[in-house]
Amino acid sequence: MAKVLMKGNEAIGAAAIKAGCKYFFGYPITPQNEVPEYMARELPKVGGVFVQAESEVAAINMVYGAAGCGARVMTSSSSPGIALKQEGISYIAGAELPCVIVNIMRGGPGLGSIQPAQSDYYQSTRGGGNGDYYHPVYAPASIQETVDLMQEAFDVADKYRTPVMVLGDGMIGQMMEPVEFFEREPLKVEKPWATNGTKGKRKPNIINSLFIDPQVLEEHNHHLEEKFALMKKNEVRVETFNTEEAEVVCVAYGTTARIVKNAIEICKKDGIEVGLIRPITLWPFPEAAFEEVSEKTKAYLTVEMSLGQMIDDVKISVEGKRPVEFYGRCGGMIPTPKGVAEKIKSILGRA
Amino acid sequence: MDVVFQKTKGLTDKPFSYCPGCTHGIIHRLVAECLEELNLLDEVIGVAPVGCSVFAYDFFNCDMHEAAHGRAPAVATGIKRVHPDHPVFTYQGDGDLASIGTAEIVHVAHRGEKITTIFVNNAIYGMTGGQMAPTTLVGQKATTAPYGRDAALCGNPIRMSEMLATIDGAVFVERVAVNTPANIRKAKKAIKKAFEVQLQGLGFGIVEVLSTCPTNWGLTPVESLNWLEKNMIPYYPLGNFKSPKEEV
Repeated sequence: MAKVLMKGNEAIGAAAIKAGCKYFFGYPITPQNEVPEYMARELPKVGGVFVQAESEVAAINMVYGAAGCGARVMTSSSSPGIALKQEGISYIAGAELPCVIVNIMRGGPGLGSIQPAQSDYYQSTRGGGNGDYYHPVYAPASIQETVDLMQEAFDVADKYRTPVMVLGDGMIGQMMEPVEFFEREPLKVEKPWATNGTKGKRKPNIINSLFIDPQVLEEHNHHLEEKFALMKKNEVRVETFNTEEAEVVCVAYGTTARIVKNAIEICKKDGIEVGLIRPITLWPFPEAAFEEVSEKTKAYLTVEMSLGQMIDDVKISVEGKRPVEFYGRCGGMIPTPKGVAEKIKSILGRA
Repeated sequence: MDVVFQKTKGLTDKPFSYCPGCTHGIIHRLVAECLEELNLLDEVIGVAPVGCSVFAYDFFNCDMHEAAHGRAPAVATGIKRVHPDHPVFTYQGDGDLASIGTAEIVHVAHRGEKITTIFVNNAIYGMTGGQMAPTTLVGQKATTAPYGRDAALCGNPIRMSEMLATIDGAVFVERVAVNTPANIRKAKKAIKKAFEVQLQGLGFGIVEVLSTCPTNWGLTPVESLNWLEKNMIPYYPLGNFKSPKEEV
C-alpha cells in the first residue's frame, strides 16, 4: 500500500478502524478534534457507530458499556477531558474490559492551553483514577509509529482485558506526515465474559468492579497485580540509540525524543557522543534499558515537555548509578534541539 | 396440583439485601415478571446503579452491568449501540438518577436512546445512610438536612418525570407507586408498557416508582406506606406524562 499524507489525528482514526474498532464515543476537545470528526465520517461506512456524548464522563461510560459487550471500542480526548474520564477508566480496569483511550496532551493544569505538552505523564502512568491499577501506555514519536501502535493497542487490550492508552502530544495530533498502513489481522480473542444476552444457554454474565467483601477485593487486586506483572514482562517497548558510546544518555518519549535526536546530531558535530533511551511504552516502563551502564556515560538527561514527571521513573530505573539531570519546557512551549544540546554541554562542563 | 403462583424466572435465588419493609423488592419483582412475561430474559441486558440497588446485578436473572454513580444511562447507551436488537434497561435510585447522573439521564432521553429506565424514588439517600436527595420533600429531615429540607437553601424537590416528559426523545414517561396492591398492579402495567415501547423502537421510556425507605425515614414499614401516600404522592402526582400515540 502506498504512503499517504495524513494528519496525526485522522491517522489515529484510520488505524483504529483498520484494527477493527467499530464503536467510538467521544466529546470534542482541542487538539484532538479530528479524531471524533474522522470517526463520525468514517465509522458509519463500515457498519460502525459514532456517538458524540454529552461529556467526557458519559463518553467513557459508553465505552465501558460497549466494551462489556465485547466490542472493539475506543475514545479519545485531551488532558482535561482525560481527567474527567479517569473515573470510568478505573471502573474499566476494575471490571477488566478491553478498550483503547487516546490522549492527545495539551498544557495544564486546569484549562491550560491547547499547545502540545507532556504534563499528563503521572496521570497516564499512575492509574489516574482511584484504586490499585495500571494500564499500558504507548507513546509514539511519529505518525507512522502511532498508526502501527494503534493496532497493537487494541490487540493488547483484548489479550489482557485492559484499557490501553495511546499517549501523544498536540504535535502528534496536529502535524501531517506520510504514513503507510500495513495489513495485519486483528488478534482474535474469545470473549465468553461479554454480555450479549444469555440466549438461555449460559448463566448471566456480570460486568462489575464492586467486591464488597474486603477479602474478595484483595484477591481481585492480587489477580490484577498478576496481570500487571505479565504486562511488565511481555509488553515493554523501547528504542535505544548509541547508549554504549554515550557520555550523556538522554531519556525522552514522543515528539520530544525527535527533538533530542536533532540535539544528538548537534552534539556529534562538537565531538560529543550522546545516546538516547526512548520509552515507547511509558507503562510498563523500560527499566531494563538502564541496567547496563557504559563506563563512558557520565549522566542521564531526562527531556520532557513538562516540569519533569518521567524523571521519577528514570531515577528509579537508574538506581543511583549515575546522576539524572532534567531539561524541560512546559505550558505548551517546545524544547529546541539547540536548547537540549546546550544543556548536554553544560552537564559535561563544556558549555 | 396446579401451580397458581411461583417465583419469577426473572430473579435469581440470591436473597435480597434490602431492609425490611423497603419496596425495592416489590419493584425488582415487577421488573423481573415483565421481563419473563415478555420473554426477554434470554436477550435483555440490564444496568445496575450505585446506591441501595447496587447489587441488582446479583438479583436479576439476565446479563448485567454494574455502573458508576449516575452513569447507568451512558453505560446503557454503549450497550444499546452495540446491541440495537437487544432490550436494555437501567435500574436507578433518586440519588443516582436525579443528582449525580442528571446529565446522563437527560441526554439518554434527549438522544431518544431506545432503553427503559426504572427510576426508584424514595426521597432520600438510602445506602449512604439517609442524606438529603434532590427528591427529599421540603421539611423532610435527612442527616444532611437535620432541620428539615429548606427550599430557600437547597431548592424544591426535583420532579424528574415532568422534566423528562418535555424532551422529544422520551416517548414513555409514567409515575407510579408501590404502596397499595392496586398501585402495584398499575406499576407493573407501566413497566411492561415501557419495555414494549422499547421493543417497538420508539425511543426512551422511563417509569418513576415512588418507593419507601423505612430505615432512613425512621418509620415502620406500614407507616412508611402511609407517609408515601400522604406526603410523596401530592408532590409527585401519579400518572402517565407521555405515551406513544396509539396506531390508528
